[in-house]
Amino acid sequence: MIAHSIFFYTFSIIAVISAIMVTVSKNTVHSVFFLILDFISISCLFIMIGAEFLGMIMLIVYVGAVAVLFLFVVMMLNVAQQKNQWFASEASSKHIPVGLIISTIIFFELIIVIGGWKYKPDLFDINNTTNNFSVSNTHSLGQVLYTDYIHVFQLSGMILLVAMIGAIVLTFRKREGVKKQSYLKQISRERSEGVEVLEVETNKGVKIDD
Amino acid sequence: MTEIGLGHYLTLGAVIFSIGIIGIFLNRKNIIVILMSIELILLAVNINLVAFSIFLGDLTGQVFTLFILTVAAAEAAIGLAIIVVYYRNSGTIRVEEIDQLKG
Repeated sequence: MIAHSIFFYTFSIIAVISAIMVTVSKNTVHSVFFLILDFISISCLFIMIGAEFLGMIMLIVYVGAVAVLFLFVVMMLNVAQQKNQWFASEASSKHIPVGLIISTIIFFELIIVIGGWKYKPDLFDINNTTNNFSVSNTHSLGQVLYTDYIHVFQLSGMILLVAMIGAIVLTFRKREGVKKQSYLKQISRERSEGVEVLEVETNKGVKIDD
Repeated sequence: MTEIGLGHYLTLGAVIFSIGIIGIFLNRKNIIVILMSIELILLAVNINLVAFSIFLGDLTGQVFTLFILTVAAAEAAIGLAIIVVYYRNSGTIRVEEIDQLKG
């Protein structure tokens, strides 16, 4: 139990500090790296309390895909060296006290809710998706994901498809003046438009491409 | 203090959620950091769902965390695509210079 609490405090302190560094870091690339650190420590917490599958998926999806996407965009847009000027302009610094007040209020509201909340075992009936401890977390998650939640699962696949198509359509750009091979044009070429047989008179020659 | 219960994880979620909201307001740099703050907020929600799911012994929370993960990935891809298109058109993604709608 003491090891559990040591691990919890270590990973949560790392997560909170890196979350703060994401927001206050001067360099955008550093922010992305701290975001990766944040996701790694939270997925360690997930693995520690028994949600191994979600922890691993979080590593794969966030650290492997989303963070790399962020890094790629940051490098492509040449904004990494833009310095953070919080209090430089008058217009922007007006938002900062309001934001601090609002987030502090939200934080204390959440803390009050957590402190006053008491779990009653008979508050709601545990339905058929109870955690079966005889099989692994991944096994039990798969048992409910492909049976009870199959429609939502398919819907999330549709969301990913729409996101993929949307991202491609948004960033696709037709370039002018680039020599490209057109397969359709190549295949649909006929003899009549490619080759012409000419009767060439003697001593006169023939003029082509006029 | 040594017994790690549900309240500890919920407090961690609340802290990360508030940091994400602070990040949205505090940030004057570029939109990418705002997208990262939104990712932090979604992460805090995921912590809450997983903690409840584990401590109540109900798998539904983890299933929904999976779907939130899917939606967050889709949102990041679309948001970054929009940012790339905006940068290509206007040459900047600084927050204070994006004022075409005069909001």
